[in-house]
Amino acid sequence: MKAITWNGKKSVRVEQVPDPRILNARDAIVKITSTAICGSDLHLYNGFIPTMENGDVLGHEFMGEVVETGSGVANLKVGDRVVVPFPIACGKCWSCQHELYSLCENSNPNAWMAEKLMGHSPAGLFGYSHMLGGYAGGQAEYARVPFADVGPLKVPEGVSDEQVLFLSDIFPTGYMGAEMCDIQPGDVIAVWGCGPVGQFAIASAFLLGAERVIAIDRFPYRLEMARDKAGAETINYEEADVYQGLMEMTGGRGPDACIDAAGMEAHAPGLLNVYDRAKQAVMLETDRPIALREAIMACRNGGTVSVIGIYGGFIDKFPMGSVVNRSLTIKSGQTHVHRYMRPLLERIQKGEIDPSFVITHRMRLDDAPRGYEIFVNKQEACEKIVLKP
Amino acid sequence: MTLQQSRQTRGPASGPKAEVGGGTQPLGPRQGEDRQQSSAHHRSRERFSRALGWFSLSLGLPAVATPRELARLTGVPDDQQNRTVLRVVGVRELGVGFGILTQPRSAAWLWGRVAGDAMDLALLGLALRSKHAQQSRVTAATAAVVGVTALDLVRAVQLSRGLGRPSGRVREDRGMHVLKTITVNRSPEEVYGFWHDFRNLPRFMDHLEDVQVIGERRSHWKAKAPAGRTVEWDAEIVEDRPGELIAWRSLEGADVRNSGSVRFTPAPGRRGTEVRVELHYSPPGGVVGATIAGLFGEEPDQQVNGDLRRFKQVMETGEVVQSDATTHGRPHPAQPPKDGVIAQ
Repeated sequence: MKAITWNGKKSVRVEQVPDPRILNARDAIVKITSTAICGSDLHLYNGFIPTMENGDVLGHEFMGEVVETGSGVANLKVGDRVVVPFPIACGKCWSCQHELYSLCENSNPNAWMAEKLMGHSPAGLFGYSHMLGGYAGGQAEYARVPFADVGPLKVPEGVSDEQVLFLSDIFPTGYMGAEMCDIQPGDVIAVWGCGPVGQFAIASAFLLGAERVIAIDRFPYRLEMARDKAGAETINYEEADVYQGLMEMTGGRGPDACIDAAGMEAHAPGLLNVYDRAKQAVMLETDRPIALREAIMACRNGGTVSVIGIYGGFIDKFPMGSVVNRSLTIKSGQTHVHRYMRPLLERIQKGEIDPSFVITHRMRLDDAPRGYEIFVNKQEACEKIVLKP
Repeated sequence: MTLQQSRQTRGPASGPKAEVGGGTQPLGPRQGEDRQQSSAHHRSRERFSRALGWFSLSLGLPAVATPRELARLTGVPDDQQNRTVLRVVGVRELGVGFGILTQPRSAAWLWGRVAGDAMDLALLGLALRSKHAQQSRVTAATAAVVGVTALDLVRAVQLSRGLGRPSGRVREDRGMHVLKTITVNRSPEEVYGFWHDFRNLPRFMDHLEDVQVIGERRSHWKAKAPAGRTVEWDAEIVEDRPGELIAWRSLEGADVRNSGSVRFTPAPGRRGTEVRVELHYSPPGGVVGATIAGLFGEEPDQQVNGDLRRFKQVMETGEVVQSDATTHGRPHPAQPPKDGVIAQ
């Protein structure tokens, strides 16, 4: 089959690889109808995530049609249309039974690698390094889905691929980011990063009752989408000081909760950016926590900082004094997607939200290399690319 | 881990014994001592030790053989007393150097070097005050010794902390001892029941090929050894407490003398069962000793860790979980396997 493979920094290829097949009894094989490039795929593309190998099949946002099921999969049948959550979860371990699906204790056969970097291992993920499982991803014609009796969500008639595809990752991710803010009436929420996850964090904050949402980015087209499609007020950090702007907009209190939807490759004007880029370049820190630092400093006393942007390793100059002395709460996590798929599908069906608003590009799978390039360089007002195999 | 390395390594002098039955108490606090260092790290640290050993020899030899020249070189007055001191220093260096080269993982010899450095610095301090000394040369020699002292200290501290040793506990008797623990989301009775049928063990223990039950307490084990060979032994259960503990040991005539125990305790708050596994292998030496090393590779700790993870997978999900990369049984890109290349 055809698949998109990683081949080192800034290099992805369309390659022929063997077709997937059932390896475990609870596997299913899905013929992919729609797949997407995620912002977190750009961290792989830019070479910031360790334990990638040339030839790894990329992609963790996909949906399609079940073409084969293992003997242990009773709830799906050939022909079912399904969306697949990006974390792989067994459903039987303590973490899964407590709805902490992205912490599944059994789905990462390379757990020892993750233990060395992080102390303990999280769940295995599709197409996201060997440290997180070594699973082939979904930017391909077919994918093997382990624990198919637990993960895939059957899609009902009447909703299109584009409406439900993002249930695989970015919609639940933005939603969990907003949910972790424990939004109360009157709350003002600030969101760093207006990529697709940021857009869903903004939209979800409103779904959960936020009074106002302030979105921060530097690309006018992304800020425009945050304003026009998601309903946020905006700050362009290249034109205005973020801290000052937020204080002016919140009567000096600061936002009640701050969402970091930027992650390890955040940018900032000025010296601090140069400092972090230099340290990252010589591996003295793996991640640039620029948005996270700003979010902590801006958050109101006793507020919550919700981190859904991806961090891979270690950060520097972390303002812990601000966290402790001002009673901030930091919450984070890879999204426990399984927890959110069904309730969010219901919101889509009720017409409360149409997630397809983030899509700016539709391409064939063969065009993925160009897709990565324009997405990483923010060309052609690129926000979200959907690939059709 | 080669036989030679295990011989050279010292485990904790008062390490808990692994006799099954009485000796199955958990070794919890000792787990922190296990360092999972890559073999590359072992090698580079060992090279570091060896370099210091050769340095000792290269300093010791001229001090013993040609103390006059060495005195001149370092700027200390060349008199009878100093020549005697240099000979003593030389003998000390030869001893320490020999010690390090034969036992590069032993901290004691490195601390010997540190003590020697302190002595040299004291002597050089005295020399600096001597009217007959060449101040510039003595100063240069002092600077050199200070630098070497720093290196010696680094390596001695590394070794004392256990860095650069292979993981797993290699004991005085050259045996290998591993303790690992994992929590399984099943009742102690279920977990005990599965383990008690030793035929299940090869499903999750990588190095086991086959276990046959040949009696109520007896079983026959077959394990993979390097170069496609196998080692075999009969084992008997020496202690069996349903839902709590199983302990076994190999019988007379085993290719590799070994024993093991597994203890099951309920985890608090209905978190399942805490499983503590202890394995002890006592190679008699020679070829079979090397075979033992081959059974577990460089990282016996990691190997057993992997076994327990697979055990948890089997107990909780019904089988060993495979990813596209791991099915190949060797480093491979995350791509679906071709027909006929599945490792298990």
